[in-house]
Amino acid sequence: MMEFLDQLSLFLQSTVQMGTPILFGTLGGILNEKVGHTNLGVEGMMLVGACTGFMMGVNTGNPVLAVLTAGLAGALCALIYAFITVTFMGNHTVTGLVLTIFGTGLSSFLGNMKTEVINIIGTLESKPYTQVQLPASVSEPLSDFSVPYLSEIPVLGNMFFTQSIYVYISIIFAVVLAIYMKRTRFGLNMRMIGENPAAADASGINITAYKYIHILIGGFLCGMGGAYLSLVTVDQWKENLTAGIGWIAVALVIFATWDPIKAIFGAYFFGAMQALGPKLQNATIPVVGHINSQFLDMIPYIMTIVVLIFITLRKKKEYQAPAALGSPYFREDR
Amino acid sequence: MKRFLSLLLVVLMAFTLCLAGCGESNDDNADTGNEGNLTKEDIKAAFLYVGPIGDLGYSYAHDQGRLALEAMGITTHYVENVPESSDCEATLRQLCDEVYNVIYATSFGHGEWVEKVAKDYPDVYFGHATGYITGDNVGNYMGRVYEARYLAGIVAGLNSESGKVGYVAAMPIAEVIRGINAFTLGLRSVNPDATVEVIWTNTWFDVTLERNAALELINKGCDVIAQHCDSTAPQVAAGEKGVLAIGYNSSTPTAAPDAYLTAPLFHWDVYYKQNIEAIINGTWKGESYWEGLSAGMVSLDTLTDNCAEGTAEAVAEAEEAIKSGELKIFAGELKDNTGAVRVEAGAEMTDAELQSFDWLVEGVIGSIN
Repeated sequence: MMEFLDQLSLFLQSTVQMGTPILFGTLGGILNEKVGHTNLGVEGMMLVGACTGFMMGVNTGNPVLAVLTAGLAGALCALIYAFITVTFMGNHTVTGLVLTIFGTGLSSFLGNMKTEVINIIGTLESKPYTQVQLPASVSEPLSDFSVPYLSEIPVLGNMFFTQSIYVYISIIFAVVLAIYMKRTRFGLNMRMIGENPAAADASGINITAYKYIHILIGGFLCGMGGAYLSLVTVDQWKENLTAGIGWIAVALVIFATWDPIKAIFGAYFFGAMQALGPKLQNATIPVVGHINSQFLDMIPYIMTIVVLIFITLRKKKEYQAPAALGSPYFREDR
Repeated sequence: MKRFLSLLLVVLMAFTLCLAGCGESNDDNADTGNEGNLTKEDIKAAFLYVGPIGDLGYSYAHDQGRLALEAMGITTHYVENVPESSDCEATLRQLCDEVYNVIYATSFGHGEWVEKVAKDYPDVYFGHATGYITGDNVGNYMGRVYEARYLAGIVAGLNSESGKVGYVAAMPIAEVIRGINAFTLGLRSVNPDATVEVIWTNTWFDVTLERNAALELINKGCDVIAQHCDSTAPQVAAGEKGVLAIGYNSSTPTAAPDAYLTAPLFHWDVYYKQNIEAIINGTWKGESYWEGLSAGMVSLDTLTDNCAEGTAEAVAEAEEAIKSGELKIFAGELKDNTGAVRVEAGAEMTDAELQSFDWLVEGVIGSIN
């Protein structure tokens, strides 16, 4: 029994760890969609963030700079997206897809550049970033740390109190975002743009500025989410490190019905499914028997479809997608 | 003026047609000139990699082979991240249409496209790693890396205290299964009660998944982690948790200095060099090349100081026995992990059986699918 509880505790801990990058991506996606922009570029922005954050970490050895660089790089990618979709009113879907393809290419290009590192013998050696390990001065402050006493709580202690500071930042972001969206005037304006940009425009809201700011902050969060993988999870940069997490985030925006608080639970649910994969491979479950891992990989997506069907059937206003989602806003249109 | 312009256009068109015609006839001449044996200068070898070469893994190992050809003075070219889909066919055709006359496709999934394209380009020599196709201009090649894995199993057995070894495996295909089985047999040759627990990642390259699989195995009490996947993530995870690790494909002691024991390695240059020489000498044949420790095609990396005393001696002894043919890895009696006898005492598995391995030997915790 004790062993089962230990395993459960470790499982819950890795659930949160797997969910954190997804949560960042989802929050970024929510910010985009709430101002009416479908951004399929999450994966690309995460990859660029993961790569540039890692490079900055290797070169400066400063974790704060590394994380900020990752965010700014994500925001810079989002700027391209915003420029095309807001200023030029380009197609959201195509631009987002292009951003993902561009981000994938850019990150592998940057990551294959050479850097000077000190090898075991103590001499300088030129190596591509893909073969370099993150310096301890960056990985240590970002690694898991146990909150005294609280982390001793059975089962749940590890989940909530033995985590990287990055995990707490993601939760703070989600809560702040929820308060911003529901309790502030700016948040109200932003939601209005997503629902009815013409009305928002008529009431004197600067639509372009709002869209730019939210898309850029969304990009910042996506970049940070990518850097969680390279700075906290694996301490390395490898091509295509995110391996589809950005796409999960896009699905999760719908799963969470555009609500940052629900996104936290959604991200941990998706994270749990991922963490469950290796756990259940060699286990036999009563009644069901052996579950194969591909089936588990499938569950989050089935759940997304179910949620989508459910919210469409229920027709409850607050669960619906922003009404103007995906359509560019022309002021002259009637 | 208008009439002059149209006249000019007609003349231009006729001129370009002429040029195009000339171009074609030039090409024909070049083609006929290419027949017969290729000289060292004529050979233009192109390599298709399934992943990036910066991964220090499978594609990196092949690229070391390519660099060995460059050192011989052969012109080479490589394409990274070639997916195992119809994109591969497009890449192959493009390379053939350009100047390349020797093509090495390095992933199993490239095979069906190689087979298809090779028929259309009889003048191009094709090599397909890990595959089974042979033809007039197609050969396949592979290292018996399971021999090195058997040795790695011995290393694991002599360094594991708990007798529980974890194995992060990519896909349940014959090549990977063969490796797991050889590793397990090596492990149990020095520690008969030891077990190997396998977790599949179902992908060739996903750093996060590979790391998580390794952590999961460590949580379950495994104190040596072996791998058949591309990244160093399992080794790094082992280093963080204070257990030992065995790499794969390339020597990576720097990734996890305190964990790294050794790694089964490929030396693809052995094949590439002799294959290119066969083309130059005119002795090239579309055949299956499958060599192991004795040909130098595979080896076990130099053991690090993390290994317990006596490991090197045990490995050297087994290596000699395999090279001399005295020790046959897949010789009976072998049971599968449900307890059924699969290979009778005295019998030995054939190469064909090894290439379609679909069961796990006794001592492996895990299942295929």
